[in-house]
Amino acid sequence: MATSMKSSTPPRAVVTVRYKSGVLDPQGATIQRALTDLGMDGITEVRTGRTFELELSPDTTRETVEQACRALLANPIIETYQIEMPE
Amino acid sequence: MKFGVVVFPGSNCDFDAYAAIRDILRQPVVYLWHADADLKGADCIILPGGFSYGDYLRAGAIARFAPVIGKVTEFAREGGAVLGICNGFQILLEVGLLPGAMLKNRHLRFVHRDVYLSCENFNTPFTTGIDQGSVLRMPVSHGEGNYFAPPDVVERLEAEGRVVFRYVDAEGRRTPEANPNGSVHDIAGICSEAGNVVGLMPHPDRAVEEVLGSTDGIAMFASAVAALEGAPCEA
Repeated sequence: MATSMKSSTPPRAVVTVRYKSGVLDPQGATIQRALTDLGMDGITEVRTGRTFELELSPDTTRETVEQACRALLANPIIETYQIEMPE
Repeated sequence: MKFGVVVFPGSNCDFDAYAAIRDILRQPVVYLWHADADLKGADCIILPGGFSYGDYLRAGAIARFAPVIGKVTEFAREGGAVLGICNGFQILLEVGLLPGAMLKNRHLRFVHRDVYLSCENFNTPFTTGIDQGSVLRMPVSHGEGNYFAPPDVVERLEAEGRVVFRYVDAEGRRTPEANPNGSVHDIAGICSEAGNVVGLMPHPDRAVEEVLGSTDGIAMFASAVAALEGAPCEA
């Protein structure tokens, strides 16, 4: 029974795309100022990013997800990406 | 010669460019549908402003995979004259025909106002007819026009004279206020290594009649006609 339970949940990958350090993140800066205005002055920097949740077919490789990141999900000039997926 | 204006779902300045060419320049112009891998024999391609494919993910990121873009890329690599205006510039960056990327405007606001530009390269097909030393006025209208490239790329652009347009004030001076979006080195437009591909955030297509407030954009389209008809083999 355990195997059928397992197959009902398709494998997933979570991709996090962030700005490279040194790239201006005006949204992050604005959020940080807003937090300070709300009294949370212990938060000294905010950097925004984007998360993608990918549902995969069972045989999709990490390389395919890497390819998706390089080709579309991230712009390598300004962003980096990080992939979390079960091995 | 014939102009081709690419139309994506979400383009909203395609008719501005089309009308500028048809009604002001009185030159042949055709629309090129994004899903057709066909340039219809156009000698000069315009990628117009707008929000192609809703600008989902990043401005220009999805447009890059349109069938027509494959043809535009081939055309550009063979030396064909390509002008990207606003969203068209963003697409050229995503395609990699021009270096760099766009960030959200420094102040996060969508900026729609007239800006002043200095032209610094008069050798592209779109700038040969611009008066040297003149300050051009045309509108910008964008939320992601904050041009960014790594320092070594910016240095290279500067050294090779590939910064075609820079934001200045009405007197032609570079000031922080004259830069509407935070672009590095006040860059408003750049060109490819060979000079045949030009991208800029301001809208020459919206500065072609007195009633629009400026006619400074005409020279860019007229330059293309002169460049391509005067020396058809050069490009």
